[in-house]
Amino acid sequence: MSLTPLQQEIAISALKVLVIFGALMSLFSGMTYIERRVLAFMQFRLGPNRTGPFGILQPVADGIKLFFKEEVIPAGANKLLFVAAPALAVVTAFLAVAVVPYGGTIHIKGRPILLQISDLEVGVLYLFAISSLGVYGIVMAGWAANNKYTLIGGLRSSAQMFSYELALGLSFVTLIMVAGSFRIRDIVDSQAGWIWHWNAIRQLPAFAVFLVAATAEVNRTPFDLPEAETELVAGFHTEYSSMRFALLQMAEYINMITASAVGANLFLGGWHFGLPGVPSSPLWFIGKMLAFLFFFIWLRGTVPRFRYDQLMHFGWKVLVPVAMAWIFVAAALVLWRQA
Amino acid sequence: MSIALFQAILFYVFGALALGAALVMVAQRNPTYSAFALIVTLVSLSAVFGLLGSPFIAALQIIVYAGAIMVLFLFVLMLLNVRTEVRAPGEGRVFKLVAIGFGALLVGEIGSVLVAARPALAGGFDASARQVARLLFETQYLYVFEATSILILASLVGAIALAKRDPSP
Repeated sequence: MSLTPLQQEIAISALKVLVIFGALMSLFSGMTYIERRVLAFMQFRLGPNRTGPFGILQPVADGIKLFFKEEVIPAGANKLLFVAAPALAVVTAFLAVAVVPYGGTIHIKGRPILLQISDLEVGVLYLFAISSLGVYGIVMAGWAANNKYTLIGGLRSSAQMFSYELALGLSFVTLIMVAGSFRIRDIVDSQAGWIWHWNAIRQLPAFAVFLVAATAEVNRTPFDLPEAETELVAGFHTEYSSMRFALLQMAEYINMITASAVGANLFLGGWHFGLPGVPSSPLWFIGKMLAFLFFFIWLRGTVPRFRYDQLMHFGWKVLVPVAMAWIFVAAALVLWRQA
Repeated sequence: MSIALFQAILFYVFGALALGAALVMVAQRNPTYSAFALIVTLVSLSAVFGLLGSPFIAALQIIVYAGAIMVLFLFVLMLLNVRTEVRAPGEGRVFKLVAIGFGALLVGEIGSVLVAARPALAGGFDASARQVARLLFETQYLYVFEATSILILASLVGAIALAKRDPSP
């Protein structure tokens, strides 16, 4: 059986999508377990350790439990949007992964294969566009349930995402300037060589802004105001149960994984090791991504939640000015080096 | 099936989606539904831009309109908890007939213009980020672009000044 070039292209893309999808799903279920265990150790507890060896089958048990729970739709809810919201959240979460590269080019039977689903010319902008659409899933979920807690959760979420997205975007600007390209692959390759070529070191202020803004974007502690359980029950997903709840959780974890992958690529040199002699490999990328994921869990175990006014104040009056100032400095440096 | 045919099909699907959602937005009496319909229109338009070979414009379309402006719209709609719009008392059959008449006239005019103009196929156009930046910052539109940004800044300051006007009268 021989395939035409177009069919081959489609088959390779489909294979890449399937592999990434499977990897994300297993990383998601793994993360739910790892997060609970790591948090437990940070708090001198044991965490889930009864299901299977070391409790490793806990995600499976959770999945089965959620699958057989009753799905409740509140009587006063807007049914259409209530059902659509989790789907929208998951779809936007998965869409963002399409442009994240995870390695260089490999050759199979002399045919070059890019380790990335789509090497988009405007990769960074695409990522940014999709992540800005992600907020609609949360807003829709909060509004459709017709409940004050969910509504406030949705409102907070839209205000928070809007504020921190600006800082996030500004932190990417300098990377784009230095690499001279919107393509994520080009930005990663601009960090090849020694470890101090990494943007995390070369562009420390941008990296600091990115860390804070990315944590806020994925709604993690200390920025998990949309679902602050001490004030809002569970925020925007209060009324969700069963698999719809699982979908919202999945969207959140996938967003966190995407943010980690993007951070590893844009700031930590992606699949480059950081020493000129060592060959680049997807393994380095995966290691850096896992380090980011651990950082998010660590943060959750360490830092208490912001108050809402503090959050807004910090976003607009600290992060955005810092990012802006760094853009001016970096632009001057880029011009100086060109001259 | 060739790639060109596939792209043509996608183009018409997204074009129809944009039009349909725009109609829903206008006809809908629930303002939140209208806002969501407008988001669907904007995203479909972005897909059309992408299919026409300009991923840069497509990404900007989503970032600016769907990602920023519409979030603010929804935020205000939810904050004020706007209910379904009620019909005004004077909204009778006569108005509807007049509106339908004018609508038909408008459709006729647009149709006649389209038929008369017979739009030619647009030639190749480079709308990459580099090209757009050249146009904006190097040659043609630098002055207009900077003037617009100052205008927006002025209106921003004006809005803040109005909103902050002495709270204790």
